[in-house]
Amino acid sequence: METELIRFFDALPGDMARTLPLMLAMGVGVILVVWDAFRTSIRELAWISGGVLAAGIVLEALQLDAEAGTAFYGMVRTGGYASFVNIVILSGGLLTVALCPAYWKRTGQEYGEVYSLILFATAGMIVLGTANNMVAVFVGLETMSVSLYIMAGLFRGDEGSAEGALKYFLLGAFATGFFLYGIALLYGSTGTMYIPEMVAGLEASGQVMLFRAGVALLLIGFFFKVGAVPFHMWTPDVYQGAPTTMVGYMSTASKAAAFGALILILRDIMPADGWAPLLASVALVTMVLGNLLAVMQSNVKRMLAYSSIAHGGYILVGLTAGGTAAWSGALYYLLVYTLMNIGAFGVMAFLEWDGKAGREQTLDSLAGVGLRKPLLGVTMGCFMFSLAGFPPFGGFLGKYAVFAPAVDAGYTWLVVVGVLTSVVSAFYYLRVLYVFFMRSPEDTPEAASVMDAAFPTPLVLRVVLVACAAALLVLGIAPGLLDVTGAFFEGAVPGIVTGY
Amino acid sequence: MDAMPIPYITSLVIFLPLAGALLTLMVRSDHAVRWMALGTTVAAFLLSIGLFAAFDASPELAGTPQLVDKFAWFPDSVDIKYFVGIDGLSLLLVMLTTLLGPIVVLSSWHYIGKQRKGYYTLLLILQTGVTGVFCAFDVFLFYIFFELTLIPMYFIIGIWGGPRRIYAAVKFVLFTLTGSLLMLVGILYLGYEAGAAVNGGVFTTDWYKLLAFDTPVGLQAWLFPIFALAFAVKVPIFPLHTWLPDAHVEAPTGGSVILAGVLLKMGTYGLVRFCLPFFPNAAYDYALPFAILAVIGIIYGALVSRVQSDAKKLVAYSSISHLGFVVLGIFAFTMEAMQGAVIQMVNHGLSTGALFLLLGMLYERRHTREMDDFGGIARTVPILTFFMIFSVLASAGLPGLNGFVGEFMILLGAFRSELIGHPLLIAAAASGVILAAVYLLWMVYKTFFGQLDKEANRTMHDMTGREIALMIPLVVLMFVLGFAPNRFLQKSEPATQFLLDSIHAKRMAAEDVRSTQDATRFFGYSSPTPDSETTTSEHSGGTAGPGFSDVSN
Repeated sequence: METELIRFFDALPGDMARTLPLMLAMGVGVILVVWDAFRTSIRELAWISGGVLAAGIVLEALQLDAEAGTAFYGMVRTGGYASFVNIVILSGGLLTVALCPAYWKRTGQEYGEVYSLILFATAGMIVLGTANNMVAVFVGLETMSVSLYIMAGLFRGDEGSAEGALKYFLLGAFATGFFLYGIALLYGSTGTMYIPEMVAGLEASGQVMLFRAGVALLLIGFFFKVGAVPFHMWTPDVYQGAPTTMVGYMSTASKAAAFGALILILRDIMPADGWAPLLASVALVTMVLGNLLAVMQSNVKRMLAYSSIAHGGYILVGLTAGGTAAWSGALYYLLVYTLMNIGAFGVMAFLEWDGKAGREQTLDSLAGVGLRKPLLGVTMGCFMFSLAGFPPFGGFLGKYAVFAPAVDAGYTWLVVVGVLTSVVSAFYYLRVLYVFFMRSPEDTPEAASVMDAAFPTPLVLRVVLVACAAALLVLGIAPGLLDVTGAFFEGAVPGIVTGY
Repeated sequence: MDAMPIPYITSLVIFLPLAGALLTLMVRSDHAVRWMALGTTVAAFLLSIGLFAAFDASPELAGTPQLVDKFAWFPDSVDIKYFVGIDGLSLLLVMLTTLLGPIVVLSSWHYIGKQRKGYYTLLLILQTGVTGVFCAFDVFLFYIFFELTLIPMYFIIGIWGGPRRIYAAVKFVLFTLTGSLLMLVGILYLGYEAGAAVNGGVFTTDWYKLLAFDTPVGLQAWLFPIFALAFAVKVPIFPLHTWLPDAHVEAPTGGSVILAGVLLKMGTYGLVRFCLPFFPNAAYDYALPFAILAVIGIIYGALVSRVQSDAKKLVAYSSISHLGFVVLGIFAFTMEAMQGAVIQMVNHGLSTGALFLLLGMLYERRHTREMDDFGGIARTVPILTFFMIFSVLASAGLPGLNGFVGEFMILLGAFRSELIGHPLLIAAAASGVILAAVYLLWMVYKTFFGQLDKEANRTMHDMTGREIALMIPLVVLMFVLGFAPNRFLQKSEPATQFLLDSIHAKRMAAEDVRSTQDATRFFGYSSPTPDSETTTSEHSGGTAGPGFSDVSN
């Protein structure tokens, strides 16, 4: 017992150093809650949280080449794969924090807790995305989810926001139940919480049926969190009602975290069991339903909500295929998706104006925006074309990266469905651009109010949007990053530390 | 040919317009934007003349692209490269693209009144996309350029187009996208199959490696339709043509010229470059259906043209008819027809481009394209009338002008073809030539002759110096191509021969495999095994190697 403690304290500095972004996000998040009471300006909070997230990105980037390892008794993974997932999550957080001050100022509700919540959610996502142990998965998932429930309901006086938050919470709690039950069954059948050890545990116990039931329940929990059909019902309401900058965050970073965990769970558990048909069918209905329902929306945020469901489906195509190329492709897709979705929601956030109608924008109200505000228009063009998967944007290479391995693995039919639904998606993405560029504001009376009242575009917004668009161009032309993500899966599965 | 070619000249021709587009974005004045675009496109054209001069059309080089730029691009785990070059097939189409560039800029000088900066930027990006399509020797790269043309064209039709522009723009994108995305799946599948067979298990999209891969006949049977669908939409082959009249009618003049002049050629080029050599057996099997569709397109396009009241729509439908000839020539699998198809692609770009330009000039003056609104204007605009009659005669295939050369070669080659050379079919196709004269001359008659009874038509001013300047190169080329086509045909001949030979050889090899069930037999363009050489030489008259084409010349 004594030696165990000594070993723990010996390992502690190293563990903390390697998980510093997580420590910082959590610690500074707590500090900011208190700071909020004494602050002189809301901008302090934004700067501090932004600084923490930026530092986290730098720290993780330094570890990107490092050998994959684990920390804290093998609870979370570090380096390599984990660093990449964390970079995606932290980037999502940083971009959102950058957009927040101007947005919240405009809405007249300058809550200081926004920044703490982002940090808490980011910390939860990091734990989830890098989890090596089912307990860590659960802790991360819940930390993330609770923060997101609150974020969704931050417009306190707005019934849409409240409705979305409540729906998210109730359904989320339900999904958590599935999740927890799944973990319990997995533990029961394998005798371990460590993900990489589960297969060995299963072989020892032979409780295959129990194990399968556990995986199925676990997958339901994951499908809920990534908004895969048929567990997507909450998504449109939440995304429509929630504050727009927050939607950009929750639709991307939370997916990165959940998929980050799911990929490793599949890698470590899939060999024991063939889950591909299930994943394939979920991917299929997710792509089809997400895209078809998106076509029918006239509210842009709702349309983007369905589109983000569909993008979850594309990533699931990659996970269905499995293997180095597919997993690394899925990681690439997550990064690209994060940039383009945050960008799209960022543009929408700054086209809002006061009042309920201003937040629930219909396509009609946006007529001619692209010509009046060229920067918003051009960057929105980049995001829409990227989401639709046109070269030379990242969305195209992302789709290539998940579809090509699926073709290789024999899921050509699934890829055919994927590209056909992409054609459908092009229809509604192009419709946004059509409204932005090809209709004159005079056609629609609502448009005048947007034009007059829409946000001035502050410098930080312009920087964020241009940075996202430029990054998408680079990711669409230079696929070198696929090399990096591919390398994560080359080596052996990182051994976990259980010797204490 | 003695002079050293400019380094990276192919890439320069492709990307110079893109660089110009970026510069254009930074310029503030609307006036400077036009000059910037003009300067860029003229520079690209001059560079492409260097390309033409440096290109060596000797048969020994038929099997290799020239002026190649090749760089590693994707990570090593897949074999996707930046690989551009010029061969006889692409040379003329690249020249056509760069020639039309400045002409389109000049034609838009006053026509485009709003959002000039956006228009010229998109136009330049479009040129990069099209040139890239014709130069790419990596299928993945080709696909990227192919899709890249969609974005600018969507905006050019959608923002600067006519009243139904939105419908036309969306239809254009969705039609093309459906075909091309399915082709992407096909490319991925083919890349893995070929990679496993000829590239040590590494996914490849290198055109030469795919050419060296003997696609199994069963695989060809479903990959060919997928590839052909993408290109058939683009050409467009009847019954996939419905987007074309909409797009043409709604697009601004410059957009129509690009669309008819070069964008449609991406379809026929794709058929020749990818569908035929990769899937020769399936292409042979499908030759007759495609030829029949082509002939239906020829006649249907002509008949529908005849009943149009809108002159631009008439020319749009005539494109369907004219491109039917090209498709017919491609699926004849004979040297004459294939060469005719290549030269006809250029011809159609010149003459139909000229027709759209002239109609655009009329539209600028009268803001109508209804033929009934004109009549007798030959007296008020004699110069325009001259150019119109010249272009119409070229388009209708008058001997001595360019259209005749292409159509004659195609019909001759198709007639000689053992696959599609049915007299009835060719006779039906030939009737398209007559019908073309009917509807085009009808248009000229309705518009330029007859009673000058509309007041507005009396005051119309004739062509300005700018308009004459932009028409002259087209007219001169129509004349030159009509009188001395050999100067151009000889540039493409070795490449055409090489393609036909390798198609033939691959098909024979596959037939051999089919008959002997010897699946391991492998017959590639670069390293024919001695075994396959002996078995196929009697069918094809030689090996499919690079040195082969001089045997048949």
